[in-house]
Amino acid sequence: MSFTTDSAGLPQGLRSEVRAEPSMAGAGDYLALLKPRVMSLVVFTALVGMAVAPEHLHPVLGFFALICIAIGAGASGALNMWYEAEIDALMKRTARRPIPAGRIQPGEALAFGLTLAVGSVVFLGLMVNWLAAGFLAFTIFFYAVIYTMWLKPSTPQNIVIGGAAGAFPPMIGWAAATGSIGLESFLLFLVIFVWTPPHFWALSLYSVEEYRRAGIPMMPVVAGAAETRRQILLYSIMLAPVGALPWLFGYAGLSYGLTAIAGGVLMIVLAWRLHQTSSERSAKHLFAFSILYLFLLFSVLLVENSIGASGLGLPFGRVFA
Amino acid sequence: MSVAMSDQKNEHGIVLTEEQKRSRRARSIALGLCLGVLVVLVYVVTIVKLGPGVLVRPL
Repeated sequence: MSFTTDSAGLPQGLRSEVRAEPSMAGAGDYLALLKPRVMSLVVFTALVGMAVAPEHLHPVLGFFALICIAIGAGASGALNMWYEAEIDALMKRTARRPIPAGRIQPGEALAFGLTLAVGSVVFLGLMVNWLAAGFLAFTIFFYAVIYTMWLKPSTPQNIVIGGAAGAFPPMIGWAAATGSIGLESFLLFLVIFVWTPPHFWALSLYSVEEYRRAGIPMMPVVAGAAETRRQILLYSIMLAPVGALPWLFGYAGLSYGLTAIAGGVLMIVLAWRLHQTSSERSAKHLFAFSILYLFLLFSVLLVENSIGASGLGLPFGRVFA
Repeated sequence: MSVAMSDQKNEHGIVLTEEQKRSRRARSIALGLCLGVLVVLVYVVTIVKLGPGVLVRPL
């Protein structure tokens, strides 16, 4: 199977001609380039990584670090939109983004993304620490180059490996607070890493025709819907115990443990239902619940840490650490 | 719009329409605000990093 894109349906602004009209882009278009919804998830998970760290930053420095991480995440979003503008134009979900819609020129988005990427890394390094800054730089590189340019157009395992980019923020938050990389932050990385495939494959199941048209080798396009549903089920079964690891290692309290177990079981039930029924509705249910699952896990971790209830975890961490 | 624009370009260079002027103004204001926030943030973070000792200086 070959994966080529047909540029015949592209808007004028995306072809090689140089558009002469002055820009009509508003501030909102530049904000859209930053993928604010993805950015909010990144900020939230980085905040949790920062909050559960054994050392704490001054609140002003913590706030500044979060802004740098948010802008770094936004920069990788802008670079992703710059590179994928032609693909975005072919998909209903992304066709109204600023570049395919012709409101922002690809070169503007590239310059915007690069400026923010360099700025966020340099400021994080100068004001917080260079380990966190290096981590942020690597995350931007991983998302924009490894995932967007290399993995996404070439392998159905794109989001399995590329999911690491979305999983790094809690480790960046932790590194900002402590100047090091801890086992606990790695466990948070692992939770998001294993969560990503069932989350994205559920979305791709009901967007399969768009991915096919755009020439992206997502799992359902290459291996078919049945195999994708089987993989979703396997990853959900793996996610349930991985989600509980912070509790099993003694880094999180009982409420986290119970939430992780209940959420993990529900993920498996929804994945099993999708495996059996293969309806679009089941895929949408799993996709929506996966967002709630991750949000709940990290929220409980944050709340436990704020009220000092994280000491009720199992003591395996003392054995392994 | 583009026909009118090219006529205008020939005689007076690029002449912005009212809508283009409005969006340019909105972009300028947003950029100005962002730069202002950045300056304030860097100032505050610098003071925090230097600590209260920054105010204790020999005359």
